[in-house]
Order: sequence, then C-alpha cells, then structure tokens
Amino acid sequence: MSAMIPDNEADMTDAAKSPVPLLEVRDLTIQVATASGGKTVLDGISFSLMPNEVLCLAGESGSGKSLTAMAIMGLLPKPAARITAGQILLAGRDLVDLSETEYRKLRATRVAMIFQEPMTSLNPVMTIGEQITEVLVAHQDISAAEASKAALELLTEVRMSSPERRLKQYPHELSGGMRQRVVIAIALACQPDVLIADEPTTALDVTVQAEILDLIAKLQERAGTAVIMITHDMGVVAEIADRVIVMRAGKQMETSPVRQLFANPSTQYTRELLAAVPRLGSVAASLEAHELANTATVVEVNDLSVRFPVRGGLLNRVQQNVHAVEKVSFSINAGETLALVGESGSGKSTIGKALMSLLPFDGEIRINGRATRGLSRRSLQVVRRDVQMIFQDPYASLDPRMMVGDQVAEPLIVHGLASGTELSDRVAWLFKRVGLPLDAMRRHPHEFSGGQRQRVCIARALALNPKLIVADECVSALDVSVQAQVLELLRELQEDEGLSYLFISHDMAVVEQVSDRVAVLYAGQVVETGPASAVLGNPRHAYTQRLLSAVPIPDPEHQRVPFVRSTEDIVSVMHAVGTAPEQQLLQNHGRNHWSAREAG
Amino acid sequence: MSIHLLRRILESLLILLGISIVTFLLLYLLPADPARQIAGRSATVQTVENIREQLGLNLPLYQQYWHYLSNLLQGDLGRSYLQKTEVSELIAARLPATLLLMAGAIVCELVIGLALGVISALWRNSRTDRVLTVVSFTSVSAPQFVIGILLLYVFAVKLHWAPIGGYGTFAHLVLPALTLGILGAGWYARMMRSSMIDVLEKDYVRTARSKGLSRSRILFRHVIPNAILPIIAMIGIDIGMFMSGIVVVESVFSWPGIGQLAWQAIQRVDIPIIMGVTLVSACAIVIGNLLADLVAPLVDPRIRVR
Repeated sequence: MSAMIPDNEADMTDAAKSPVPLLEVRDLTIQVATASGGKTVLDGISFSLMPNEVLCLAGESGSGKSLTAMAIMGLLPKPAARITAGQILLAGRDLVDLSETEYRKLRATRVAMIFQEPMTSLNPVMTIGEQITEVLVAHQDISAAEASKAALELLTEVRMSSPERRLKQYPHELSGGMRQRVVIAIALACQPDVLIADEPTTALDVTVQAEILDLIAKLQERAGTAVIMITHDMGVVAEIADRVIVMRAGKQMETSPVRQLFANPSTQYTRELLAAVPRLGSVAASLEAHELANTATVVEVNDLSVRFPVRGGLLNRVQQNVHAVEKVSFSINAGETLALVGESGSGKSTIGKALMSLLPFDGEIRINGRATRGLSRRSLQVVRRDVQMIFQDPYASLDPRMMVGDQVAEPLIVHGLASGTELSDRVAWLFKRVGLPLDAMRRHPHEFSGGQRQRVCIARALALNPKLIVADECVSALDVSVQAQVLELLRELQEDEGLSYLFISHDMAVVEQVSDRVAVLYAGQVVETGPASAVLGNPRHAYTQRLLSAVPIPDPEHQRVPFVRSTEDIVSVMHAVGTAPEQQLLQNHGRNHWSAREAG
Repeated sequence: MSIHLLRRILESLLILLGISIVTFLLLYLLPADPARQIAGRSATVQTVENIREQLGLNLPLYQQYWHYLSNLLQGDLGRSYLQKTEVSELIAARLPATLLLMAGAIVCELVIGLALGVISALWRNSRTDRVLTVVSFTSVSAPQFVIGILLLYVFAVKLHWAPIGGYGTFAHLVLPALTLGILGAGWYARMMRSSMIDVLEKDYVRTARSKGLSRSRILFRHVIPNAILPIIAMIGIDIGMFMSGIVVVESVFSWPGIGQLAWQAIQRVDIPIIMGVTLVSACAIVIGNLLADLVAPLVDPRIRVR
C-alpha cells in the first residue's frame, strides 16, 4: 500500500471522502484515428480513486470503459488511439507522458489488470508457474527458487485446488474459472496499489462468477488494494461497488455512491439502464400462469442421449464416451417456452442441436408427432422447417460478405418455398416483422449493431414459418437495454404466431422473465423441472438452490449470501464403453414440479 | 505416445510402398529403353535382347516389381546398369554430402526467414517492411539455378569470398546451402510475418505487457514461441521441396551428393539408381514429416498426446 495513507483508513465508504486520492483521472479525452480524422471516443472523464475503494465503471458496449482502463495501464493501441487531453495522476505523478520504460516499472507493481477472457489471456505454451514467476522476477530482486515459492503461495491465496500441480500445468489443462484465478494471482503478485478488473467474470458461469467475485472482494479487503471494476452487469455493480461511474458513448453520465445510484439515480439514462435489468424474483406468479394445457404438443423428447466417442489406441477404437446428454425427456406445447438452464458443459446446447438433427442421438425426438431419428436427408429437410435456431453470437452467425436480405431469403430458396416477387415480398414482411427498416435488406452485417443483427437472425429463423425456435443464449451477447428489446420481440412473436421456444440460457433472471417452464440440467441430466415460478421460486434440488444463490442481485440493499460450492458439483461425464452414469430419478412435488432424489 | 509413434511409422511404411509402386510404373512407361542405352547405338538386336534378358527386363511388370520389392526388403536396391556397382553403395557414399547440404539449407532458411519475418512484423507497413516484402517475393519466385549462378558470379568469381564449387570445407557449403535455402527463407519470412502479426494481437500478449515485462522478454518468450508453431509443421514439408532443389543446386555447384547422382542416372536411364534415389528421397520426406510431428508437441503443449 502507498505510504501516505493513514493506517486507520479502513472504512471503505468513508474513504471516498479522504482528501488524498490514490489515482486521479482529470478530464481524460481519447481520440482514435479514422479516415476522416480524429474521432473522440472518450470525452473528458474525471474521477478519483481512494485507497481501499471499489469503483465500478458501468455502461453498455462502446461506452469507453475498457478504453479508460487501457489508458490508465498505458496500453492504448498506439498510434491508432491517443490521449489528446487530460491527466492520469498516480499518487500525484502524471502518467500521460511517461516513457514506455518508466511505465513498464509501474505495471504490475503499482497498477495491475485482470482481463475479460480467461480462455485467451494466458500464454498457451508457457506453464502456469512460469507465467506467475516471470512477473516477480521482472520487478523484484528475487531468485528463481524464491519466485516459485511465492507463486505457490499466490496460487494458494487465490484458493486454487492442488496448487503444486498447477504450477507445472499449461493453461489448456485448466477450466475458465481456474484460469481466471491464475490471472488474478499474476495481477496480485507484486501487491499493486490499484487493481483494474475488466469484466473479469463475464465469460464465466454464474457459479464461477460468484466464486471469483467473492475472491476479489476478500483479497481486496485483506490487502487494501483499490479496485476499478469494469462491468456491464448491474448485479455485479450492486454486489461489489462502493461508488459507480455510469458511462455512455465515451461520456461520464453519473458518478454516485452505489446505494444512491440504485435508490435515486440522477440521470434519465441510469434510470433506463436500471429499469432494463432483469431481476430474479420480480415476475409475479400470476403473470406467468398463462394457460397452455389444451394446446397441441410441438416437440416431444423421450430418453434423449447424446454421446461423443473418445478414440485412442493403435486401431483408434472408441475407449470412452462423453455422456453429454443422458436420458433427457421433455415436451413443449404450442405457444410455450421451456428454458434449459445449467452451467457450461451441462448439455444445454447439445440438446438444441439434437432437436435440429445436427448430431446423432439415441432415444426419440418427435416434432409435430413425427420421429426425426433415422429419417432420410430429404424427409429431414421437411421436418427441419418446423425447427429453427437463433445463436448466441449475431456477429459470427451471419455471413459478412452477403447482404442480410439475401441471408433471410436463403432458407426460402433452399426449401424451394418462394421465388421472384413473392420471395422479396416475404423477406420485406419478415424485416418489418422484426422491426427493421426495409432499406436494411440491401446492407451487409457489419453495418448493423449487435441488437439489429440479432433481429436479422430472428427474421432468418422465422422465414420458414417454424413451430419451434431453439434460442441458444440468444441475448447473452447483447447489452441489457437491447436485450430487453429483443426479448420483447420474441414475446410478441410468440403471442402472434403461437411460436414455441426452447430457450437456452445461463441468465436466471432472463429465464424467469421469458419461460413458462424450466428444466435444470446438470452433467447431462435433468435434476429439476417444472413451472418457472416453482423451480426458480421454490427450488427443491440442492444444485438448483446453489445455482440460484450464485446469481448477483442488482440491489445493493439485498446482498446474496456468499456462494459455497459443493464437492458434488464436479462430476465427470466421461464413462468407459458399456457403462453409463446412474440415472437421476425424479419425484413429484405437485403442480408438475419434479426434482431428482438426492443421495442420503 | 509410443502407440501414436507406432501408428505413424506403420502409416509411413504404407506410403513408401505406394511411392515405390508409382515410381516403378512411371519408369516402366518411359519411352526410353534401358537395354538399348546400355548396349549403345551400334549394337545388334540380339545384343540388346541378351542385355534385356540379363537384367530381367523381358519379364512381366508385376514379376519385375516383385523381384525388386523382395530384394528391397533385404536392403538390396539393385545394381547400377552402367556403373556396375551396388546402388546402395553409391547412395551411401553420397548421402552424407546431401544431408550436410540440407542441414545447411534449413539453418539458412530458418535464420534468414524468421529474422526477416520478425522484423517485417514489428515494423509493419514501414519502408523496411515493404523492401523485405519485395525481397522475399523475389526469392520465392526466382528459379534456383538463376540464384545459384548469381551467387557464384558475385561471391566466387568477382569477390573471391567463396570457392566456385566442390566439397570439403565450410566455405564450400555456404553458397550451395544459401541457394537451396533462399526459396524457403522467402516463404518463412512471409509466414512468420503474418503469424507474428496475428500473435501480437493476442490477449496473452496484452497480459504480458500489463505485467510490465521488457520488450525483449515479451518478444522472445511470448510472441515468437507462439508465432513459430505453424512454421514447425512446414519444415517437414520443406525436406520434400529440397529434394527437387538438390538436383539443380548440386549440379550448379558440383556438389557430390545424391542429386548429382540422380541427374547423371536420369540422363542415362539408369533405372536402379533412379529408383534408389527416389526411395531415399521419399524416406527423407516421410522421416521429415514424422520428425515435425514429434517435435510439434514439444513446443506446443496443447497437442501433446495423452
């Protein structure tokens, strides 16, 4: 910690009133070079960071949050982006015109950073041990043996399981959450005064997110490090922040203590932002009871299993199977939404792909009463019209070289359903239906925002007039305000067209908002299923309870209890050929609410 | 690991068998008649026929191949028609020179190619980068005999820095190795440039910078080891490219290797030698690829076989 901070400066909220800020950003302005000259992307941002404080930079994509962080770290992509005005004062010293050599000495020792993507932010060809020790060796007068001892201590401190073994492992051998712990260990190695965390949990499962947030909070408390947390998630803001800066399009909209921000936002934008945040438990049970009992069954799935063979040996024979989905059964009625929830690797997306007949499966899938297994390509094509898919990443799921109108028309052409003016009329109708202007048809994907692209994807999915849409994390990549609009569009389409949705998501609050029923998946099996209000409001299975307890609450007055992972949470889905995992037997709790019997 | 290796070796043997069949067929289909070549223009039909019978050239093709293969399995590559020596002895005598030349060429192309690629990438779109782009494209597109003669003219004839040809000292090796390696160097410079640019944008390089590491540490420990991965797979393929190059380079520099041997044999339709050199080259290519496969997991932990 910096020497000028008095020892008794412990109370974090009071720290904000301290006259000596650790870091002060004054009127920071950044321009990026474009073909038509410099464009201002960060416009006069000012804030101060007190010792011990957690300051959140919140805002939607393109608001300039990450740019601010990179500017403080001296890592702006030069010469494309440059600071045109303002100061960054670290303990009174201006960093803006610092030489690269001088800056290098500050990084990791005074200011350190954690990045968003744990999967890619570690060097794949270096051991974890070396990636931690190199930062110690670079900044401290320390021997190799001392450095690896210190690395071991750091890994223990970030609560990594079997830390000695991890030192010798490579990043690809660790899960996302474990990698993020390594990144945190690296960032904390030289005990920096300021830790910048750029969306550190966005790419992680909600349970892992809870663990990482708890970890950062605990370490911050212990070492007294000041934290700048960058996030788009108001739940995370409410949980961790002392003060919040709301940013939008490079401008600072509002700076308030966290409780004040949530209780009494001073700008219209913040109010809108907070209003768009889905909140778990906010949907009244009466709203959700929309009567569907008498509608026809669109999809029926019985004992669906999907296995991926793992080959090996001299003759490349199957030695083990990954049981991605194990004996899953459910049905979806017309106009109904079934949500599949669970952590990554639980089999959610695999079920979606099986419904589309995109991979081989065992068991039975009936779409509109017709079994899809073993159908010829030609008959399958007819069945596929009834099931369409929307993917998570609207950037990746559109062809960048094709006009979006053509991409929406493509399914109609492939299935030979329309041509000539009928085709263009139908495409125009689809664009209108999803709320896009007609002139958008002749544009390319890069000319649209994320939300508009997802609308194009929805239009494409609607082209064949399907009965069921498999929406695989279709709003996860979108900002909350855009997310709310897309969800509203999906709801409208359901009402008007009687569409059914299989809604795959990791976001419990969104699931509560859109779904009629929920199925909780764990290691490829359903452990709990029933009406959304029952499963989310009164979870019976311990796993569902843990999953829900991990969700951050977007209200600083109501903090969730610290998340505790159970050792049972880690179960392998790899099984030797001929063996299968024990099947979870479901018991009824009434009103169609079922959960797996638990051991003991 | 050992199972993986065993499988790769079995695959390699099948490839070699296939190559021997194809080469044998191609040589059989050649319009030239080896018996006539040996006997000379003035020989009688009877003499030619006798030679043909002696060499077993009058047998059906499959029998000829079967003989060849069964001898081959005992390590016998046959006898040269004209030099009247065992082909295996001829090749064994010349192989070290060729291997030395190839090793020299690999060093040249890696050192020159990687260095130019790294420089181009670090000063991307600068004048240096543009000059190096022209240089590497020139080296890729210029025929090897032109480069060889050019180097000979400048460094041997004009500057007297290197001997004109022959074999024996390190000085003899420099120009032929450079000539053979320069094509690959051009390729590697381009590949390394794009690979480096790709890696420089990676998140882990940003992490390395945020750690406050020195430029050289970031470059040599984080960027280059990752950028070099696609190149390593190429080295195996390169050995195949060298095989066609050594025929030219060894002729230009009078380098006593198997390329020169092959060139002489082709001119005289000395089929056992052509077959022998082809098989040895095929072996070299297969072993090169095998080595590349075995080295790759050492540098990239993600592809280590469990």
